[in-house]
Amino acid sequence: MMIKKENLIWIAIKTGLLSGVIAIFLCLIGMIEVFSKRDVIEHIITLGDFILLVSAVSAGIIAARAASNPDQEKQPLKNYLAGALAGLTTGILIIAFIGLSQTINLRSVFLSASPSLFKLLTFKGGTSWIWIYPSIGLASGLLGTTLFLLPEKFRQPITRAIFITFLMALFSGLFRVIMINRAGSIAKLAKYLFGQTGLTLSGATIFFVAIIAISMFWTARSKNLQEGFSRIPKAGQTSLRVALYVLLAYVVIMLPQVSGPFIAQVVVIVSLYALMGLGLNITLGFAGLLDLGFVAFFAVGAYTVGLLTSYGIFGLQHIPFWVAVPIAVLVAMMFGAFLGLPVLGVRGDYLAIATLGFGEIVRLLAGSDFLAPFFGGPQGIIGIQKPCLGTLGEFLKVDVPRICNGIEFGGPKEIYYLAVASAILVAFIALRLQKSRLGRAWMAIREDEDVAEALGINLIQTKLLAYMLGAAFAGLGGAIFTVLVGSIFATSMQLIVSINVVALIIVGGMGSIPGVIVGAIALIGMPELLREVSEYRFLFYGAALIMMMLAKPEGLWPSQATLRELHHEDPGEDLDVASSQAKA
Amino acid sequence: MSILNIENVHTYYGNIHALKGININIEKGEIVTLIGGNGAGKTTTLRTISGLLKPREGSVSLNGEDILKYQAHEIVYKGISMVPEGRGVFARLTVLENLEMGAFSRNSKEEVTRNMNRVFTLFPRLKERRTQVAGTLSGGEQQMLATGRGLMSNPTILLMDEPSMGLAPVLVELIFDTIQQINKEGTTIMLVEQNALMALTIADRGYVLQTGEIILSDTAENLKKNPTVQKAYLGME
Repeated sequence: MMIKKENLIWIAIKTGLLSGVIAIFLCLIGMIEVFSKRDVIEHIITLGDFILLVSAVSAGIIAARAASNPDQEKQPLKNYLAGALAGLTTGILIIAFIGLSQTINLRSVFLSASPSLFKLLTFKGGTSWIWIYPSIGLASGLLGTTLFLLPEKFRQPITRAIFITFLMALFSGLFRVIMINRAGSIAKLAKYLFGQTGLTLSGATIFFVAIIAISMFWTARSKNLQEGFSRIPKAGQTSLRVALYVLLAYVVIMLPQVSGPFIAQVVVIVSLYALMGLGLNITLGFAGLLDLGFVAFFAVGAYTVGLLTSYGIFGLQHIPFWVAVPIAVLVAMMFGAFLGLPVLGVRGDYLAIATLGFGEIVRLLAGSDFLAPFFGGPQGIIGIQKPCLGTLGEFLKVDVPRICNGIEFGGPKEIYYLAVASAILVAFIALRLQKSRLGRAWMAIREDEDVAEALGINLIQTKLLAYMLGAAFAGLGGAIFTVLVGSIFATSMQLIVSINVVALIIVGGMGSIPGVIVGAIALIGMPELLREVSEYRFLFYGAALIMMMLAKPEGLWPSQATLRELHHEDPGEDLDVASSQAKA
Repeated sequence: MSILNIENVHTYYGNIHALKGININIEKGEIVTLIGGNGAGKTTTLRTISGLLKPREGSVSLNGEDILKYQAHEIVYKGISMVPEGRGVFARLTVLENLEMGAFSRNSKEEVTRNMNRVFTLFPRLKERRTQVAGTLSGGEQQMLATGRGLMSNPTILLMDEPSMGLAPVLVELIFDTIQQINKEGTTIMLVEQNALMALTIADRGYVLQTGEIILSDTAENLKKNPTVQKAYLGME
């Protein structure tokens, strides 16, 4: 089918308008202004500029793709025309927006349409912006088209290089901090590659070129490397793997020493969310029981440890952390059963509402004046004793911490080990559970409750175990959270925590254990690391969730069953396993 | 001695009186069919036997033991297995995983392997497709899978709910042949069908269910000749 010329022009303009609207939207919510304080390439491109550029370049790519007709031979001219038009339209829309802002006061409606935003957008006043935006838009559109027209083997390394260089720029502060405290040459290298915020021009060029080279080399050679690996005898393969694990363990162990408390704290928070995610992955991912009040179990774990170990007025027992944790896990399991029993017969949407209510009840009760004599009400529980490897001094009086004769897990750098070890342990347990008889029973229940029962699966027992084990993992997370913060307030147990956990499971891939870890890193770790982004955290969540559902509904690291369902792939490679199982 | 004995069973859905005191006897090694129109209570009867529904009155006993005191999942361990209506295969799991789920109540590995081999002998097609996702199988293959899954617990009685539903005639014949084959190997079968002619052809005895009551019970041969049955269920004048 021929695409008519008018049609083509209209598509290009529409794409341009869309990307322009997105750019204006980002300006109006204040994102561009905030992001402009951070450089991608020092003194050259700020994060704000970069995002505006990306919107124009993607308009070029999308328009160029729309202009190409698979039935016909390639007509680069047509693609370039469409791309250029789209980019130009984006630019024109932005100048229209700036012009509009100078005639009427947008700020009465849009708070972020501040004078400083327009000072930024008009390059500190003057009129040069009138021609700069259309020409940059035009250039971006052409760049997008070129990217689209490049053959796959060049396009892939280039897009990869742009993306990774961008990530390096975003996290450059972290690398810089780590490197600058090292010996002379490393510190010098850090100063050469990384600026105060963002990469230096030379750093960006080096990364860009290096990643292209590595990427092209990898595509060309990865097959050979894999073959080479499989040619190594079995024993050699094992020792190579062991060496890799040892290296990985070394990195994990050394990280907080090298990186300092901030990164350690981020890793702790990611681990805590991973713990909750692994817990919810059992109830939701394995057994298919949606729980929107999952934070309740986190709260139970946190409060149990708080009450048992605090040296403040609400402390009941003053027992060591290590004794309190198993108790907290058990209490969380009891609460899991306590939630599970009444909702056993409830399915689907109704279950979501019932569990949502449970989560809110726990939070409101914990923070209520009614129970304030026990849980501290709005004042919370403070003065939680830090974990201590060694002997703990006597409890002398209220509000005086006990002395630790040994290693005290006082700050994020120490609690890092606790959190990471717990996450690894729980991931391992979850993996074993998934492959167990119980795991298969959960899977059957998730697929069809009635049939599962007719096959001899005890619904009550199996469902309750799902709630209890999920709660146990979350309770452990809560226990570690308590000692990280040193206090508990009911206000930190918000509904949004539960929603975050559900979101990270969806983004990671429902029912997949590596997916939970990847989801926690992507949804929790990234916004924690990027201060600017965390202001727009929920915008990113929303956008990420929508894009995931459209482009990759199975999640970042999906489980086998989901993959099969969504792609109907022929699992040919499983044949050997299956036949050996059938023979067994 | 009858192995399954249903006496004066009354089952309700809320206030709806679905089974109004039915009596069914099944002897060891028989194929017994339960025929009747829509809403007669055929599926309700099977769900009552398998424990998914609890009757308000009456008794269900297996080999003389009252099984009403058991939960649905425990009844599987007693030797009753159900092939549900509309097949109910686990669509996202492979054929092999579906069959393994069927053996959930069996712990011995050798027994599971033996049952698996039996299913693969009965349905060579399932063996070919063992790594395929159940949701991508054809309707006939899904019925084979559901039947095979029902056999994986090595039941003494297999309850089959409308195995011919939605299948092409040639596949219906294949399924019914297999049912006879399963029966010859020693499994007692209770077959619920709307396709009364086919059911009465392979069955030893039959019961006719109408609005929750058994209105007729006889050998399959006699039922086929019965004018009421011919008129109402076999479409003959």
